[in-house]
Amino acid sequence: MSGAPLNALDPATPAADEIKAVPVRHPGRWVASAIVVLVGVSIVNSIVTNPRFGWGHVGHYLFVGRITGGVLVTIELTLAAQGIGIVLGVLLAVMRLSPNPLISWASWIYIWFFRGTPVYVQIIFWYVGIAALYPMIDLGVPFGPALIHINANTVITSFMAVVLALGLNEGAYMSEIVRAGIISVDEGQHEAALSLGMTRLQTMRRIVLPQAMRVIIPPTGNETISMLKTTSLAVAAAGSELFSQATNIFNATYEIIPLLIVASIWYLAMTSVLYVGQYYLERYFARGSSRELPPTPWQKIRRGVFSFGHDPVALNPLGAPHDGGGIGLR
Amino acid sequence: MTEPMVKAEGVHKRFGRLEVLRGISLEVASGEVMCVIGPSGSGKSTFLRCINHLEKIDSGRLSVDGDLVGYRQRGDRLYELRDSEVAKRRAEIGMVFQRFNLFPHKTALDNVIEAPCRVRSTPRREAVAHAQELLDRVGLADKLASYPAQLSGGQQQRVAIARALAMKPKLMLFDEPTSALDPELVGDVLDVMRALAKDGMTMIVVTHEIGFAREVADKLVFMDEGIVVEAGAPRDVIAKPQHERTRAFLSKVL
Repeated sequence: MSGAPLNALDPATPAADEIKAVPVRHPGRWVASAIVVLVGVSIVNSIVTNPRFGWGHVGHYLFVGRITGGVLVTIELTLAAQGIGIVLGVLLAVMRLSPNPLISWASWIYIWFFRGTPVYVQIIFWYVGIAALYPMIDLGVPFGPALIHINANTVITSFMAVVLALGLNEGAYMSEIVRAGIISVDEGQHEAALSLGMTRLQTMRRIVLPQAMRVIIPPTGNETISMLKTTSLAVAAAGSELFSQATNIFNATYEIIPLLIVASIWYLAMTSVLYVGQYYLERYFARGSSRELPPTPWQKIRRGVFSFGHDPVALNPLGAPHDGGGIGLR
Repeated sequence: MTEPMVKAEGVHKRFGRLEVLRGISLEVASGEVMCVIGPSGSGKSTFLRCINHLEKIDSGRLSVDGDLVGYRQRGDRLYELRDSEVAKRRAEIGMVFQRFNLFPHKTALDNVIEAPCRVRSTPRREAVAHAQELLDRVGLADKLASYPAQLSGGQQQRVAIARALAMKPKLMLFDEPTSALDPELVGDVLDVMRALAKDGMTMIVVTHEIGFAREVADKLVFMDEGIVVEAGAPRDVIAKPQHERTRAFLSKVL
């Protein structure tokens, strides 16, 4: 095109030959890779060949009834405590953002107290402290007649104590996460919803919280994984979850290391499941975002099988139709 | 004469020590289109937000369709309205924002049916039919399932107009509806607003589009530093402004 005048209506020039060039060498990467492989192989080798790990015992205890029962209790504890934590967290966050100063302060004091004391102490406190302080719990009119009498010793079981301690403690942490999520939503969203005649509650539930979820979920996944492991503190309250059961067994058999490995394998398995759950939750709440999400493993399989010979772009993870008019999804 | 749709008498609004509105008095009749122009910081957006009680006025009287905004009067006394009552009043006033403020987690269709379904308890099927009709009217019949992020700015603003119209408002407020748009997209949005005005909608439009104001407005108001400097028929205000400040402003934007 040499010498041709520049013209806005010039057709695009045809693509020239593709560039072929010698890529830059990275010897450093090869050395680093070799070191990593060497270290990895020697660690695995020592783990496999060292008889003191007691792999035979690990295999034996992995599916023993007390251990699998403990796994179940761990899951129950995690779900119950994290559930309480999330509900309480939303409540405390909304209270914290309330225009009523007393409500806001009440929330602040709760958070201050529960974040400021060790959860281990809280567990023991709930397990032994409540029954010692209030052997009989009376529910009724304040300073008036009691309507229900509860014997604290029968209600506050080990399970209850751990759920309450972990759940109430988690509420304080979750509230900060939820509050961060709510604050992250643009002020214009409140105004748009209010201007349509929605009440503050509707605005929060239908417009603000669903958008806040994108910010809330990643740290909540973190918290849930952390919670799953923190349930092992139930050992302080004569618990019956995974770690307590492992402790009970090795206290009797002195096979400490194999049982620690058994517990670790189960904790790893359970946290891995949580990773998957978080992955899909994040995808769900990312709907409507302009950033394209990577395909799920299942979508990869479908794409591989069914899109053979077709345009692979046709599968859209957001499930929304494509059009030329919109600004680029891709 | 019938009651004006919007009536302001000596409206004042302060943010801390800053007095943003310093005595606004004006009237908008039913079916009338009023355009408000003025330099930024002149209080025109604040005034608009006062009309649907997104901002509370500090003194003066402001009423929409005969009802005081945010209060109920009994005898000489004013009673603050409850949140639910304020919400009910707001539902009858549509508002379109400079930054669109569509709900990004909902499709265009879901944006439009959200308020009718939640606030008015309209059956979903009826709300969807009305929403389709409205989106068709703003030229977006093929974008029902698109999320806001998949639409251009002009398309988003037209969805926002459809969303406001879905509540069948008696008054529409536009807060610089084309200021955040690329120049080539402004026309489509103005076309929709022009058609709306022709259908007899009462509108208050804060805008920098002098051409639109001249063509569509029944009344043009120039605001500066929290007061109405000049008001009248658009042709008069634009062609022969009476005040030095109006002249200075118009010479910059025309």
